[in-house]
Amino acid sequence: MATYLIRKLLIYALTFVVAVSINWAIPRMMPGDPVTRLIARANLSHPEAVEPMRNYYEAVFGLDLPLWQQYFNYWGALFRGEMGISVWLFPSEVSEVIWNAVPFTLALMLPAILLSWLVGNKVGALAARSKWLDNTVLPIGYLLTATPYMWIAILLAWFLGIVMGWFPVAGGYDFGLIPMWSWEFVVNLATHWFLPFLSLFLVALGGWAIGMRNVIIYELEADYANYLEALGAPRRLVRRYAYRNALLPQITGLALQLGTVLGGALVTEVVFAYPGLGYLILNAINNQDLFLLQGALLFVVVGVLIANFIIDLLYIVVDPRTRTGLQGGTS
Amino acid sequence: MTQPAQTDPEVEGTKAALPDAAATTRKGSETIYFALRNPKVVGALIVVLGFLALGIFAPFFIDHRPTAYVGPPVQPPGGEWPLGTTLFGQDIFAQFVAGLRSTYLVGVLGGAVAAAIGMTVGFVAGYRGGWIDELLNMLTNIVLVIPGFVVLIVINAYLGTRSVPMQALYIGIFSWPWVARAVRSQTLTLRNRDFVDLAKLSGSSTGSIIRREVAPNMYSYLFMTFVLLFGGAILMAASLDFIGLGPTDAMSLGLMMNQAAQNSALHLGMWWWFVPPGLGITTIVGALYIMNVGLDEVFNPKLRET
Repeated sequence: MATYLIRKLLIYALTFVVAVSINWAIPRMMPGDPVTRLIARANLSHPEAVEPMRNYYEAVFGLDLPLWQQYFNYWGALFRGEMGISVWLFPSEVSEVIWNAVPFTLALMLPAILLSWLVGNKVGALAARSKWLDNTVLPIGYLLTATPYMWIAILLAWFLGIVMGWFPVAGGYDFGLIPMWSWEFVVNLATHWFLPFLSLFLVALGGWAIGMRNVIIYELEADYANYLEALGAPRRLVRRYAYRNALLPQITGLALQLGTVLGGALVTEVVFAYPGLGYLILNAINNQDLFLLQGALLFVVVGVLIANFIIDLLYIVVDPRTRTGLQGGTS
Repeated sequence: MTQPAQTDPEVEGTKAALPDAAATTRKGSETIYFALRNPKVVGALIVVLGFLALGIFAPFFIDHRPTAYVGPPVQPPGGEWPLGTTLFGQDIFAQFVAGLRSTYLVGVLGGAVAAAIGMTVGFVAGYRGGWIDELLNMLTNIVLVIPGFVVLIVINAYLGTRSVPMQALYIGIFSWPWVARAVRSQTLTLRNRDFVDLAKLSGSSTGSIIRREVAPNMYSYLFMTFVLLFGGAILMAASLDFIGLGPTDAMSLGLMMNQAAQNSALHLGMWWWFVPPGLGITTIVGALYIMNVGLDEVFNPKLRET
């Protein structure tokens, strides 16, 4: 168990370093430098003002230092919790802007991921049992996994939001309301939340159902299942063992799919103009807000790392092999 | 990035017939025979090839560019404009068939890049073992945990000009880890077979053993992997295009949805602007996934009876 955890922690630490480095390097490797962009934005009328302004900006962003020093400065600032000032929402701090967006994204993703996983596994296990359910679940499941996140979001917004008029299709809450813990505000919040949640839930659901169905069918053909059946064990018991065993790969799948669902959440937020991280990233791109973009990316990476770590801990609880130190298969 | 657990790697490769020339050709024709009798494979092939043909040939019969303003605005489908026109009077059918082209291009290129990296890493890690395996495993795990889509957003955002091949390349670079894992675990089961030992004794190099002895036993699995990667790349490209990071020099299905959403097609009730591109992607990717199920039945006789 200790070696398993140490191994995992090492990978997370390395991933974090790589992610931070990518984050630092990409804007510096790409054509066009941010300072020139900023100067172009300032619309200077005096050409001689360009040079002092360039020097000023380069000093402010620390771009006049050698590259390696910039790199270490970046790490230093990071550990002090400094991510710079947002250009788009000047003069707000990047960290503050991100913290305001995070609750919305979490409220969208957590229920969508967990509920779709639970329901999908149940439906998939049921589908492995009955022929007619299998014949309906399988095609619908494949259709749902093949659907682009934004398309199902657009369809839901159009049909349930605009044609039927049941749900609002933009924003986190009505613009006329002030955020507070009143009944009216919470209801308003919930109606704005429902459609983005539903679209994420639906797309993820299909994948889990299909995955569970396939694994269960495979487990029911395994030796232990045949043996139990030969012993005359009730079918329910065999299925329960198969279900428990099938959950293991599904938990691994949960870790694998986190990044994908996250991408889906970001795109869905864009469709509904939902004020979470995805909407923030889009605005950061459109406003060439380099610091906000870097901060948001870093936050997302750290979030995914933490979520993966939680799943790894869960794995220890569910899979006894990790506890006894026997590394099972490929982990 | 799509379904890593959709097909079980352990099932395949257990047959492990000695790959001599005669056997492979016989096996090949047998596979095609069973594939053409499988309704899932045939149906999916018809859909995928049908859309491909539409994307390849239809643009030749349209004499205006997909972005040209050619007709009256806000025309519902029918008559002169088979899929209607946009808010600005652009021909949606012309955009759709042009978008199909980039969809297939991104799928094939992105899938190929991801397959090439994933298979190389998986084969080498599984066959060589030792510290090379450890190192490649660590690399795989790192790329697996980094949310590729977000990095793609950042990379795309900083690129000056964006083209479909570049987009496909970046997508491929971030979607190979699960392939590497699956191929590695398959290679591990094949590594100690007699025919591999025989090749080792006869002094073949690592590369040729992987190519001639190990890989042929996994061709079916590798092909199915590519089908999944193809679909995954299409979906990812559509998401990137939708948030406005698509190609700047071409039309794509994701871009169509982006423009529809940006120009409030939803509020105007112009369903013909945002339904066709999404439906196109869903149909193509769905057909690919179903083809995968069918191929599984073709390659795995155990599943064939049902």
